Amino acid sequence: MNFETVIGLEVHVELKTESKIFSPSPNHFGAEPNTNTSVIDLGYPGVLPVLNKNVVDFAIKASLALNMKINQHTKFDRKNYFYPDNPKAYQISQFDKPIGYDGWIEIEVPGTEGQEGYTKKIGITRLHMEEDAGKLTHGDGYSLVDFNRQGTPLVEIVSEPDIRTPAEAYAYLEKIKSIIQYTGVSDVRMEEGSLRCDANISIRPYGQEEFGTKTELKNLNSFNFVRRGLEHEEVRQAEVLMSGGVIEQETRRFDEKTGKTILMRVKEGTDDYRYFPEPDLVNLVIDDEWLERVRQSIPELPDARKKRYVEELGLTEYDASVLVVNKPISDFFDGMVNAGADVKLSANWLMGDVSAYLNAEQIEIGQTKLTAENLAGMVKLISDGTISSKIAKKVFTELVQNGGDANEIVKAKGLVQISDASVLVPIITKILDNNPQSIEDFKNGKDRAIGFLVGQIMKETKGQANPPMVNKILLEEINKR
Amino acid sequence: MTLFERSARELQEGLHNGEYTIADLTNEAFSRIEKLDGDVQAFLALDKEKALQRAEELETIPTGERGPLFGLPIGVKDNIVTEGLETTCASKILKGFIPIYDATVVKKLRDAGMVTIGKLNMDEFAMGSSNENSAYKTTRNPWNLDYVPGGSSGASAASVAAGEVPFSLGSDTGGSIRQPAAYCGVVGMKPTYGRVSRFGLVAYASSLDQVGPITRTVYDNALLLEAIAGVDPNDSTSANVPVPNYVANLNGDIKGLRVAVPKEFLAEGVSEEVRQSIKSALDVLKGLGATVEEVSLPHSKYALAAYYILASSEASSNLSRFDGIRYGFRAEGVKNLMELYKETRAKGFGEEVKLRIMLGTYSLSAGTYDAYYKKAQQVRTLIKEDYDKVFENYDVIVGPTAPTAAFKINQNTHDQLTMYANDILTIPINLAGVPAISIPCGFHEGLPLGLQIIGKHFDEETIYRTAYAYEQATDFHKQTPQIWEGK
Amino acid sequence: MAKLSKEEVKHVAHLARLAITDEEAEKFADQLGKITVFAEQLNELDTTNVEPTSHVLSIVNVMREDVAVKGLDRDVMMLNVKEQENGQVKVPPILED
Repeated sequence: MNFETVIGLEVHVELKTESKIFSPSPNHFGAEPNTNTSVIDLGYPGVLPVLNKNVVDFAIKASLALNMKINQHTKFDRKNYFYPDNPKAYQISQFDKPIGYDGWIEIEVPGTEGQEGYTKKIGITRLHMEEDAGKLTHGDGYSLVDFNRQGTPLVEIVSEPDIRTPAEAYAYLEKIKSIIQYTGVSDVRMEEGSLRCDANISIRPYGQEEFGTKTELKNLNSFNFVRRGLEHEEVRQAEVLMSGGVIEQETRRFDEKTGKTILMRVKEGTDDYRYFPEPDLVNLVIDDEWLERVRQSIPELPDARKKRYVEELGLTEYDASVLVVNKPISDFFDGMVNAGADVKLSANWLMGDVSAYLNAEQIEIGQTKLTAENLAGMVKLISDGTISSKIAKKVFTELVQNGGDANEIVKAKGLVQISDASVLVPIITKILDNNPQSIEDFKNGKDRAIGFLVGQIMKETKGQANPPMVNKILLEEINKR
Repeated sequence: MTLFERSARELQEGLHNGEYTIADLTNEAFSRIEKLDGDVQAFLALDKEKALQRAEELETIPTGERGPLFGLPIGVKDNIVTEGLETTCASKILKGFIPIYDATVVKKLRDAGMVTIGKLNMDEFAMGSSNENSAYKTTRNPWNLDYVPGGSSGASAASVAAGEVPFSLGSDTGGSIRQPAAYCGVVGMKPTYGRVSRFGLVAYASSLDQVGPITRTVYDNALLLEAIAGVDPNDSTSANVPVPNYVANLNGDIKGLRVAVPKEFLAEGVSEEVRQSIKSALDVLKGLGATVEEVSLPHSKYALAAYYILASSEASSNLSRFDGIRYGFRAEGVKNLMELYKETRAKGFGEEVKLRIMLGTYSLSAGTYDAYYKKAQQVRTLIKEDYDKVFENYDVIVGPTAPTAAFKINQNTHDQLTMYANDILTIPINLAGVPAISIPCGFHEGLPLGLQIIGKHFDEETIYRTAYAYEQATDFHKQTPQIWEGK
Repeated sequence: MAKLSKEEVKHVAHLARLAITDEEAEKFADQLGKITVFAEQLNELDTTNVEPTSHVLSIVNVMREDVAVKGLDRDVMMLNVKEQENGQVKVPPILED
């Protein structure tokens, strides 16, 4: 296949404000249908929008975090289209003066077999503010509308067509999500719809300047589906072209069951949204002072944090990348380090057992009983030899489910590591007495025999024996025989 | 005889002296309406039960807490939403629509202690100059029932002219308060854009619409504007400019006032009788010590075309929410959503409204936006600059409100452009956003003529001062139509 | 900016979601034609470098604080709704045109 893939992504992010963008209705996910509405959200005759100041702050914050320039003279426009979830039959959005423009992010594409990982800069064309629509549910022969979501503040982030592979698209989305999460302006939860993505994809023969006809993928419910949808779509488009067909400009959706993209509708020409400046809202002038105030409120972002982990804490590039992607995990890590836990051990625990547990339970770290302090406490017990890594797993299980103090747990359950030679020697002597064959084997050069003996000792001590001590004493005792 | 011959001040005195109660005043409105509205056809909905209940509640409020409009009845144009009282904009598409909130101006009327009597007919969605575009009835001119009252606030003007109510609220997008005020011989003020909240005014053209007062005298008009004006946190386009005590300076003194008369306002198309009435009015102003000079507003002739493009464009978007889903009329027997939209809107809107929706949709379309909408917005800039320039050297601009007196019912319905031309002298004022009043300045064949006084942004005060001085020096405002005394 | 064709009129009516008959299309074509010809007089004016006016006042930055107010009771919200089901507003099936 000699085609180059060109992908552009449109990401919608719901902002985590108290109230809606143009009305004071509560901006909360998950309420009973049609209970978070006002006459303004419902588009009642005579109502007028009033802009929520926090929305502008959040949009500026997100723009700056994505390295964008800010349109300091900006405005809102009406995008006119009829749909039952769009009560005014126009959406208040931004057309020719988006609040943010001309930005970029750096993505990290992990390596695969045969190809090394790499980083790449992806341009971001624009970020604009707009209102979300209500939610439609389709029944048999009718549809139902819940207007709770109407007026939820959104920013739409549009990438340049710089993305060349589905893996890059995945990495782009992870990075956008991570950066937005760091700014705190959104929950970026795809399962709750606070982050949504549409993808435009076209292919062209290598070397051709001109873009091919693009299709749009909608209803992509996870980053994985974005990747799989794009993977399917680039193959499908190539097959169409190779067999002499043409790509139609159309909207397709990804079918999760078959892993294929399915035609939704063919676009005839361009939609005529009849944009014009919203007369009910006045212009926005964002002066330098305002901009500076928002800039000051931006916390350390993932790239900066990663750099700090590598340069100041001595983590590997890889470990640092993994840790910073998810802000709660990264904050947790910082908390552990601040509490005096070993850097490398803390990182390993978070990337290992903690991540495995969270994945298995499908929860976030904040939903467990773990705290940076209590996990740091456990890590410190490992570092000072009080408990072994193996015992630590028991302590971890207790901490994650019931919380508490690692030290107390270790004491209460008698999990302290046995490092006392006067306790260990009699046990080891007993095991050796019972296994003369293993001693024989070892002396004949079978190293495996040691493993068996250590296993027996650990079993005898319920895993509490200090492994380096066991190894040392065991060899000494064998050599005596 | 009716109590409504009296001014607000006189009506207050009567209340204070115990000559009558607030309920008496409320009942007076309903009995006048009962007697006259069969002819005038001004009211679409009446709120008698609630009005009388409110009158009783108001009686309990101590005299010390009562303002100058306390206890007085008022009619409200039907494009201003009133909680619990049907609001239709004189359109079938809102038949049966009961608002669940009050417009800010309605709240302010209540705060002033006024009693809302009912809702007044209009051209559908305020699109028209004669009230003939109402889906329900054609309001008639109290001075001659064969003639139109003007529009779109035709019934707001007619109800005051007929003495059904002493006060009303109208709305003005291109002359909809001033032209009917002129046709009906009453006082109508279109305030500065942003002076009065638009929250709860059903939008026709958002960048031009303003609510304003219609009354029999300048003094009462100033009182009513003061009651409804001011910044509203629910309307981002309302201005945070202090509202002055307008009546404080109504003393008849306009010595040294610099009056500009645009030559374009007395050009061809303006009838001879109107021209004469304006000349006489200018003489009166001169006699009161004002200086009068001719000026030019060179882009005036382009205002009409710019207005119809801009107003229709905004309207096409504003009226898209009427889709039969959340409120109002809904077409029956439709198979799918597209049919629901198209049938509801085709059956619910009248001809003129549909025409303007079409014009606006076309003007905003991808291929025509620059040539129509954007061009009109640029012309709007030129018109606004015309006014800015004149106001550098003058305090007010004076001219006629309309090119002629009221015309006969059905006379102009055949041709849009002739109908639109009625607004040629009022439209530029909305485009410039400045305030303007129409006050009675003469009669032609028994029909009133209007004098238009235009002021600087937020300088309604000077307009009122000028209008009051003129009114006190003339007696046109004292005349009432024959219908006033009953048939 | 010539006279509109019947097809153009029908396209505009579709954008505006207005059902129109052939006769109406003809009538609108005629009326809109007259109005657009009238509007062409704006072309007499040179508007190069003239800023378009969307807002006649120079007010900027009108915003409210981010404070939530409880939503409408659903009963009130549904008062004017013609058809509803399970607390949601019911609409006829959506068929893509």
